[in-house]
Amino acid sequence: MVKRIFDGAHDGLRGWLLQRISAVVMALYTMLAVGWLLLHPHPDYTQWAALFASNTVRSITLLFLLALFAHAWVGVRDIAMDYVKSAGVRLGIYGIVIGLLVSYAIWAVRILWGF
Amino acid sequence: MKFKIYRYNPETGAAPSMQEYALDASSGMLLDALIALKEQDDSLAFRRSCREGVCGSDAMNINGRNGLACITPLSSLKQPVELRPLPGLPVVRDLIVDMSQFFKQYHSIKPYLINNDPPPQTERLQSPRERKELNGLYECILCGCCSTACPSFWWNPDRFVGPAGLLQAYRFIVDSRDQAADERLDDLKDPYRLFRCHTIMNCADVCPKELNPTAAIGRIKERMVKRMV
Repeated sequence: MVKRIFDGAHDGLRGWLLQRISAVVMALYTMLAVGWLLLHPHPDYTQWAALFASNTVRSITLLFLLALFAHAWVGVRDIAMDYVKSAGVRLGIYGIVIGLLVSYAIWAVRILWGF
Repeated sequence: MKFKIYRYNPETGAAPSMQEYALDASSGMLLDALIALKEQDDSLAFRRSCREGVCGSDAMNINGRNGLACITPLSSLKQPVELRPLPGLPVVRDLIVDMSQFFKQYHSIKPYLINNDPPPQTERLQSPRERKELNGLYECILCGCCSTACPSFWWNPDRFVGPAGLLQAYRFIVDSRDQAADERLDDLKDPYRLFRCHTIMNCADVCPKELNPTAAIGRIKERMVKRMV
């Protein structure tokens, strides 16, 4: 029998782990970005366009942005859990934040792939 | 030496206030000074028992920092010495706080060995290495300095176990004689009981026994991750 590991909102480990993993992803991407900027100290439009013409760069950038949104979600959720006592208000905050982050993610895909 | 001490008497109904005291003393421990002050003013209330940092009764907020009066040298304190009850707990009177919430959280982690094997003739033995795992954990005296210095415990004392309780939880999780580690981890996996800890580390900073609850909390998280992957 497969032991269930995740327990929906009743699980604190998932969020905590997501925050750690997304932090590592962001740190790695930042190193890559700084590395590229060191190699191209004054990038012009053609260099930027060439860089983002690559599907790999687009995908890695999207991964970075998704990690950022996941990280932000856990952070804001933690703040609400700590300070907002009313369950209704907390739920409202969760809804607004999830809505914003999902729309940012869609927007990011549109920017990266130019839809 | 000059002192400013938090005074509150629920019987008079007056709002809490800071009262100034002066005492001709500069050596010895803060508890000695408090006992001398109580001779001046016998309405001053505080808890104390062992007077040597073992019972944890005289935990209080000393110049803004939680600690035990009995092992705090007067010579280490800036004047006027401001004494307040431990933060975040209801005040019973003067420097005495109601620790019910603190002990409720402590009891919730089942602070005793759970072992379903029949007890052996003599005792449940541990190897020196297994016993060593308990160092830095068993020394906790439950004075409450750490939990009442923890902002996460201030905001959610009813749902967050707090550093003292979590240090004790790890003390039993890691004990080779305990058989309920899995259940203990299950009990802590919700978003509040353990995961309200944001490694602020006030707990490790103030612990008068120099223990590190933050490290113990980290170990519990490590065990949860290992169990999952």
